Parts: sequence; C-alpha cells; structure tokens
Amino acid sequence: MKRIIGLYLVLFLGFSGAALAVQPDEVLADKALEARARALSTELRCLVCQNQSIDDSNAPLARDLRLIVREKLVAGESEDAILAFLVARYGEFVLLKPRFTMATALLWLGPFLVLLAGGIGIVLVARRRRVTENSTPLSADEQARLDLLTRQGD
Amino acid sequence: MTVELGHYALILALALAFVQMTVPLWGSLARDPALMRVGRMAAWASFGFVTFSYAALTMAYVNSDFSVLNVVMNSHSAKPLIYKISGVWSNHEGSMMLWVLILVLFAALVAWRGGGMPERLLASVLSVQGAIAFAFILFVVVTSNPFERVFPIPVEGQGLNPVLQDPGLAIHPPLLYLGYVGFSIAYSFAVGALIHGRIDAVFARFVRPWTLLAWLFLTLGISMGSYWAYYELGWGGWWFWDPVENASLMPWLMGTALVHCTVVMEKRDALKVWTILLAILTFSLSLLGAFIVRSGVLTSVHSFASDPTRGVFILGILTFFVGGGLALFAWRAPMLRQGGLFAAVSREGALIVNNLFLAATCAAVLIGTLYPLALEAISGAAISVGAPFFNATAVPLVVMLLAFLPIGQTLAWKRGNLLGAAQRMMVALGISILVSLVMLSMVHGGPVAAPLGVGLGAWLILGSVSEIMSRSWRRGATLRIFVARAFGLPRAAWGAALAHAGIGVTVIGIAATGWGVENLGVLKPGERIEIGAYSLVLDKSFVRNGQGFREDVARFSVMENGGFAGAVETGKRVHAGRYMPTTEAGILTLGLGQVYASVNDFHADGSVSLKAYWKPLVLLIWLGSLLMAAGGGLALIDRRSRIGIVVRSKAAALLAGRPA
Repeated sequence: MKRIIGLYLVLFLGFSGAALAVQPDEVLADKALEARARALSTELRCLVCQNQSIDDSNAPLARDLRLIVREKLVAGESEDAILAFLVARYGEFVLLKPRFTMATALLWLGPFLVLLAGGIGIVLVARRRRVTENSTPLSADEQARLDLLTRQGD
Repeated sequence: MTVELGHYALILALALAFVQMTVPLWGSLARDPALMRVGRMAAWASFGFVTFSYAALTMAYVNSDFSVLNVVMNSHSAKPLIYKISGVWSNHEGSMMLWVLILVLFAALVAWRGGGMPERLLASVLSVQGAIAFAFILFVVVTSNPFERVFPIPVEGQGLNPVLQDPGLAIHPPLLYLGYVGFSIAYSFAVGALIHGRIDAVFARFVRPWTLLAWLFLTLGISMGSYWAYYELGWGGWWFWDPVENASLMPWLMGTALVHCTVVMEKRDALKVWTILLAILTFSLSLLGAFIVRSGVLTSVHSFASDPTRGVFILGILTFFVGGGLALFAWRAPMLRQGGLFAAVSREGALIVNNLFLAATCAAVLIGTLYPLALEAISGAAISVGAPFFNATAVPLVVMLLAFLPIGQTLAWKRGNLLGAAQRMMVALGISILVSLVMLSMVHGGPVAAPLGVGLGAWLILGSVSEIMSRSWRRGATLRIFVARAFGLPRAAWGAALAHAGIGVTVIGIAATGWGVENLGVLKPGERIEIGAYSLVLDKSFVRNGQGFREDVARFSVMENGGFAGAVETGKRVHAGRYMPTTEAGILTLGLGQVYASVNDFHADGSVSLKAYWKPLVLLIWLGSLLMAAGGGLALIDRRSRIGIVVRSKAAALLAGRPA
C-alpha cells in the first residue's frame, strides 16, 4: 500500500526529485521474484522515452511501470497476465518484443524468409550452372596442355 | 571574411563536382583520354576546395566567431580547444560538412592511387564519386548551410550538449564516417564498372583495398561508439539496438559480406554478379543510415536533427543512387558471364553461406528498424521493436554463422574436403567443447548461454590458430621450419585468422556479461555495497567545480578480499546553461573486467543511492573489435592487395615458352 501511495504522490503531486532507473526502494525482498521483475522490465518500453526499456530508463513513468510490475508479481500474477494488463492499458506499443500476430508476421518471419529464399536461390543458380557450363569436354589441345601441367606437378 | 571564403569555396567545389560527374564519364564513353584526365584533376581540386571550406568553418569554431549561427548554436568560448574542433561535427550542418570532406577525400585518394587502373574504369569511378559528392554538397549548400551569419552578434554561444563533450565524440564520428562514406568507393566502382560493362578479377583487385579500408574504419567507429555509450550514458549497457546504432550496423554487416566476396572474385573470378550487387547494397545502407540519422524519422537517443525538408532531400538522394544503381544492375547484370566453377563444399561455397547469413542478419536489423514506421504508416498501429526482438532474431543467425566459420575458413578453394577440414579442426573443436563443459560444471549461477558463448568464442579463436598451424605444419618438419613457414604465410591469411579470432574474443566478452553482478543501495559514508567478489565503500561525497560545470561527486573505495583494489568516482554533473544533470559513471578496470558505478541520487542526509556492477571480461568486447580491425589492416598491407603486382606462375611461363 505504501508503494501505491508513493505512486500517486509521483503521479499527481508532481514529485520532481530525480527518479532514476531501478532504485533501492523498489527492489523486492524475494530474490526470485525480483529476478522475474527485472526480466519482465527489459521487455517493456518506457512510453515517454526513446527506445529505452523501463529497466534502463530514468523517467518517472518507467518507475511507475516497474512498481506496477512488482505489485502484480507479488500478488501472484503470471508474466502473461501482467503483459496483457499493460497492453490493455497502453497498447501494443508498450512491448519491446511485439507479439506474433497477422500485423507482425512479416516482421518475425522476414529475416528467416530472406535466409530461405537466399538458400533456394543459391541452389537453383548452382543447378543451372552445372547443367550449362560443366558440359563442354576438353579439346585435344587443352588436354595436352593439362597433361603438361600435371606432369610438372610430379 | 574567411567564413565567406569558406562558403564560396564550397560552392566552387559544387561546380567542380559537377565537372567531375559529367566530363570523365563522357570521356570514358567517347574514349577520349583528355576528357578522362579531367576526372583526376577535378577530384584533387574539389578535395582542395572542400578542405579549405571545412578549415574555414573549424577556424570560426576555434576563434569563437559568434557571428556565425552554427557556432553560436553549438559552441561556447570557454570550451576546451579539442571540443571546439570536434564541436564542428557535433551538429547536423557540421557533420554533413565532415561527410562531404570524407567523400571528396576518398575521390582524391582514388585519383592519386588509381594510376595503374584501366583508364576508362578510373574515369567512370571518379564520375560516379563526383555525382555522390555533387548531391551531398548541394544538400549542404541548399538546406544545411553552416556558414550562415547572425545579426545582432551574440556575446556568447549556447554551448555544446554536455554529453557530446567527451573524447569519444572527438574520435567516434570521424571513424564512423570514414567507414560509411568509404563504402561509396565500392559503390562507385560497381556502378562505374557496370557502365562500361567490364567486370573481372582486375576490377576486384582494385576495389578490394578500398572496401577493406572502409570496413576497417566502420569496425573501429562502431566499436568506439559502443564504448562511448557504455561509459557516457551511465546505463552500463554497451549495445542498445537503437535505430542509430542499427543504421551503422547494417552497412557493417553487408560490408563484411562484401569484403569476403571481393576475395572470391579476385582469386576465382566467381560471384561477380553478387559482388556488384553487394557493393551497391552496402553503400545504399550507408545512405539509408544517413537518412535515418539526419532526417530524425525515427526519433532515438542520438537524434539531433529533425527538419522535414532535409529528410526529403536526403530521401531524394537515397532514391536516386539506390534506384539508379539497382536499375543499372538489373540492366547490365544478365550480360555478365560467370567464371570460376567450384563445388558446393569449397571455400567459395562456405563464403556464399557466410554471405547468406550476413544478409539474413542484416535483413533482421533492417526489418526490425523500419517495421514500426511502415506499420504505422499503413495501418496506424503503433508497435515497438526493441532489444528483445533483435536478440531473438539477429543473434541466433549470427551464432549459426559463427559456429560454422572455423570449418569454412579451412576449406580449400574450388573443391574442399569436409572430412579433412573437420579433422584439421578436431582439436580446436574438442578443446572448445571441453571449455564449455568445464565452465558449465564449475561456474554456478548465471545463464546457461554464458558457458556456451565462451565455448563458441574459444572455437573461433582456436579455429584460427589451427588454420595458421595446419597451413605451416608438415609432418617431420622442424620447429624452425614450422615458424618460418608460419611467418611466410601471406599477410592476408594472418589478417583473416586475426579478424576471426577477434570475433571470438568479442563473443567471449559478450558471453561473460551473463556472469555480471549488479547491486543497488543507499549508502552513508563508511557503508558498503557488495558486488560479487568486490565491495564498494563510500568514502565521501563532495562538490567539484570543473571547466564549465559543477558536479556532485561520490568517491568509493573498491575492496577485494578486504584489501584496497582502487577508487572510483561517480557523479552528477550540471553544465553551465543546462538544467538536466548528466550522470558520470565511475569505472575501475581490474584485469579485463570492470567495476562500474553509477550514482542515482545525492540525498540531504549525505547518503548516496548507487547502482554498481561487476562486469567480468567486459573489455574483451572492444579488444576483440580492435583485433578485427587489425586483421583488416594486415590484409590491407598484404603484398597482393597492392595494385599492379602481377606474378607469372612457373606453369604459365612454361606454357608461354611452348609453341602452341
């Protein structure tokens, strides 16, 4: 409850002290729970920052989110439930690792499609080349020159 | 007055770039040697004028000439000299001047070193380079004039963003730009060669040193930028998958592929079409990077320019050169004949796999960087793509590539023997697996990925050692012969081994971050905080006044097993004329690891809240990249990369002597 009060102090009373990345007073006593909170924090975007997770950010909003995450973990909620709650509240924008949906299918599959398409392309080119270029036998003169060269190697 | 002369010189350089763009190309198409020679002269002259112009701007900074708007906005008379000089490229206009300076510098270098090149190739290369220079000088003159005057003249400048007042800033952008812009030469070679349709091993021999040089600088630039972010931003991280970082990583990945590909083309006359395409793509990604950074289209930590007219102008440049290059490629590439046959299991085949994975990694970075923008434009939906995405896509691709690297490195050209390669690498692989297993069993805590990562790093390092050894060792040879043979190997072979070992070193450094320890707490003087085997004791906190700033400092003693290991100071700095304090991280290097302390807050009762880290082996991350660059340097000074050395083989001489 104390934390919630602190949160509202921050939100509504314009608490202006420098609020900075994970602070000592935020850390949970339960080490396993704290580790889960940290892991979850790295996947959540600080909404008012530019490309920072709430784990890295110094913004007051990031602190609020860190506290919410910890509140909910302490209350026994699962990671998925917490993410669902935050997405409902802030939209998909809050996730640094977008969920796999129709809209993000190309994002997630794109790199592997490049790999696949490149691989298939290479195989096709290699096959075509083997057919077209490997089929001319050596002429008599070329064979003689080759013989000379291979004898040199002995 | 010098300022106006500088401005005038820039406009003259613009006119010269136009000449360089048009006349030699005309000459090369009309086979007119006199017109072709204009290219070299124009390249030297425009380099001279841009240098003068750049020097004039630098003088305005050094003399704190506050009648120049750019100086007012980004400088302060009390700033140390080094930051006056580096302040020139700390802002949009100045950094575009640096970009242009490097662009014409490379053109001049090609004009100087290219004496042995086929005349028509040189002329068309200089033409294309002239076109790029023309576009960017026009951009500076029209949208980003750094010589603009201001009236009334302010008494004092507004100062430089304190984050940028750092030796890192003095080094990082020039290195990065030398890399970015250096790839323009590869582009000019590719387009120039496409224009007159002759692409062969000679072409590859000439383009390879320039590509290596650009790659080397980009490697150093990215690594320097990473270290700068690590100690300056105070978050303890060294790579953030920030759009601006990604913008430099993309050309690096493609450039790495290009460096490997030019080797194949030079030695085996194979992969021509792909090499040309890569050269175009690499510089296209440099241009894309310039667009991302300069337009501010993706607002990020680094972005300090956002003005749509500039963005649209650079987008125009990007479209013209990427579109033009690719169109020319589509038209001409089908006419290229492939040479150099090779089996699937061969050095060439391995390098194709290397290129495939680098391209896929680059695609992951590209898609991840631009996807949110595209999705928002199309559907209006806002999503974020951050570090967790890249760690889940780009990183596995790189790991797969690296796991395969030592085998590919040891395969023979044309037709390799996978079993033989595996045998040569058996010892290296065995030791690496052993290292992983021992670490897995001995080190408790930390992610499983860490020992595996160290194993991968060891595999890369030992694989490179094996490669050198297997090439120098013959059964029954004495140690002296072995050493003599090892030193007799081409420098390029040593360069490749060194660069690959360097990646291994970096991988170990990255893997070891898994064993990092962090702790945070509120400390009163005399109290301590534990991080792994070390503890930090707060000695005292005090206020310090530096040149142009005031800083609250906390000094800690780092203790190891009760003994004093060193001191770190971390503080909050407020610069004159700025409100937001910046965090100054305190770093103590112990061996290859570092104690990293970052103060959060100073409290009224004299206590200090602190975040402290122990980062084992963290220096390996950057040392590895230095090794990579050194490897590139060794390959660059290889006898064979020098231009114009032709060695007739014994067999060729024999054949020539024999009447056919």
